[in-house]
Amino acid sequence: MTESVQEAPAGSAEQLPPEAPGEPGIVIRAADALIAIPVNFFAEIGVVASLLGQALFWGIRRPYRVRLWIDAMDFIGVGSIFIVGLTGLFIGMVFGIQLVDGFRQFGAENQVGAVVGLALTRELAPVFSALMVSSRAGSAMTTEIGSMRVTSQIDALTTMAVNPVQYLVVPRIIAGTLMVPLLTMLFNLIGIFGAWIICVKVLALDSGVFIDKVRWYVDLEDLNQGLIKAVVFGFTIALIACRQGFYASGGAAGVGRATNRSVVHSAVAILILDYIVTSLITGQGGL
Amino acid sequence: MSDPAPAPDPVQIRIDGVEKRYGEHEVLRGVSFDVQRGITNVIIGASGAGKSVLMRQIMRLERPDAGSIVVDGQDIVPMNEVALTKVRRKFGMVFQASALFDSMDVFENVAFPLREHTKMRRKEIRERVMARLEDLEVAHAARKMPDELSGGMQKRVAVARALVLEPEVLIYDEPTTGLDPITSRTVDELMVRTREQYGVTGIVITHDMASVFFIADRINYLYEGRITASGTPEEFLASEDPATREFLEASGVGTSAAFAKRR
Ligand SMILES: Nc1ncnc2c1ncn2[C@@H]1O[C@H](COP(=O)(O)OP(=O)(O)OP(=O)(O)O)[C@@H](O)[C@H]1O
Ligand SMILES: [Mg+2]
Repeated sequence: MTESVQEAPAGSAEQLPPEAPGEPGIVIRAADALIAIPVNFFAEIGVVASLLGQALFWGIRRPYRVRLWIDAMDFIGVGSIFIVGLTGLFIGMVFGIQLVDGFRQFGAENQVGAVVGLALTRELAPVFSALMVSSRAGSAMTTEIGSMRVTSQIDALTTMAVNPVQYLVVPRIIAGTLMVPLLTMLFNLIGIFGAWIICVKVLALDSGVFIDKVRWYVDLEDLNQGLIKAVVFGFTIALIACRQGFYASGGAAGVGRATNRSVVHSAVAILILDYIVTSLITGQGGL
Repeated sequence: MSDPAPAPDPVQIRIDGVEKRYGEHEVLRGVSFDVQRGITNVIIGASGAGKSVLMRQIMRLERPDAGSIVVDGQDIVPMNEVALTKVRRKFGMVFQASALFDSMDVFENVAFPLREHTKMRRKEIRERVMARLEDLEVAHAARKMPDELSGGMQKRVAVARALVLEPEVLIYDEPTTGLDPITSRTVDELMVRTREQYGVTGIVITHDMASVFFIADRINYLYEGRITASGTPEEFLASEDPATREFLEASGVGTSAAFAKRR
């Protein structure tokens, strides 16, 4: 029983037209919307976790449909090579220009190789690979599974005694978890190559120094940090894409909305998880 | 409840007091009837009466809020998904909207249950699938994708897919809705033939009354969330229940005993 008169002095309340019960005032609506954010956030985590539970439960059970796993890896991994490579190339090139330009101001352009290498392997490669995979493959997976849901194809699987989580969700989670790290490696290679091209061939840095700095500063730990992130991201975006498709409703329009949510949720999840994983690995950042 | 006698219970599925609501909307309010073994059990009812919802409970795509659904002595209402997977192999289902896998062609759709549940060789699968497709006169479309087919052809492929594993119980949700009268009759004949050939138990939801009196061995009338009348077509036509009479009259068969005599 909330009253919508907090804003108005008590005396003027009776002059106001009575609010229709279904339409509370703007303050109440804003408050509701604010309260809804954490409520929806945790409800959503609950839904995703329950789907994950089912995926684990069915993932370890026979039959193992290796064909489907490979198909999903092909779709997520092989299918994303071009877009991830292209992104890596341009990120590397832009980074090269920016760093040389910035570091020249205090005569430190020799260090560009080190910074490029660290930034790419630790951060940029996993984050950008995951974002690209999510917008390319994640959205497509949501659309595919979602349209199967709204046209009863998922129910048809169930009635044919094929568990739809096992058939549709498990292969995609496996593929996402394995493929995003591989794409991240590719991103690393192409990104560093892109930076090298710009620094050496365009901005006339010394090739030997650039490569030396990359080698000297980037160690296995940095690569590992990036790959751990890539594993976490790949797993998460596949799970989110499946969750949105699997519980889609409301016909074609509903599938469109689910696809939209899939991309937005994935991006938010990547950024939040990036902070959490970075903080845990480096032991800094308060976690 | 379970019957230890060796002779199979004439009742294959015993549905008792099944209730299902969505929010405030009570769709099923205590549905009770028996699905008799080896014959075609038809469920009729107005559009929106909850026939599809009832099917979803019988297949346990959803869990009823109350009641029991006993399949061959086992109540499937409290079962978990692992146990249900075994029970569901007894069932084949044709959805109202066909629900063919749109990523697979017609052949692959029909082969799918065989690939999932049998160890058949490629050649056997090919033969069985093509035989089914020929039965339904869609063999020429074997390599087409579902979205290249007319609605009627899609339905026939869906019937072929449901039949391919020779299930004990076949559930059809409005198999003839949206088909032309000739194709409808083909599907009706197919349902009758399948029952005779394999002795399958049929559950058919329909409001195509011409089809009902052609295929039905028993008719169950779903009205206001309950089965209000059950019986053979003859008993059904003779029903005194006002709601049943109204439905029959609206379908144009209320007075024509000729339909009953055809059988
Ligand atoms: N998932 C759901 N959520 C909410 N309401 C539902 C749901 N599924 C069905 N209903 C409602 O249940 C009622 C019965 O629907 P159902 O699809 O079973 O009708 P029907 O008897 O199969 O009709 P038709 O002959 O037109 O197919 C409808 O009023 C529908 O709105
Ligand atoms: Mg229906």
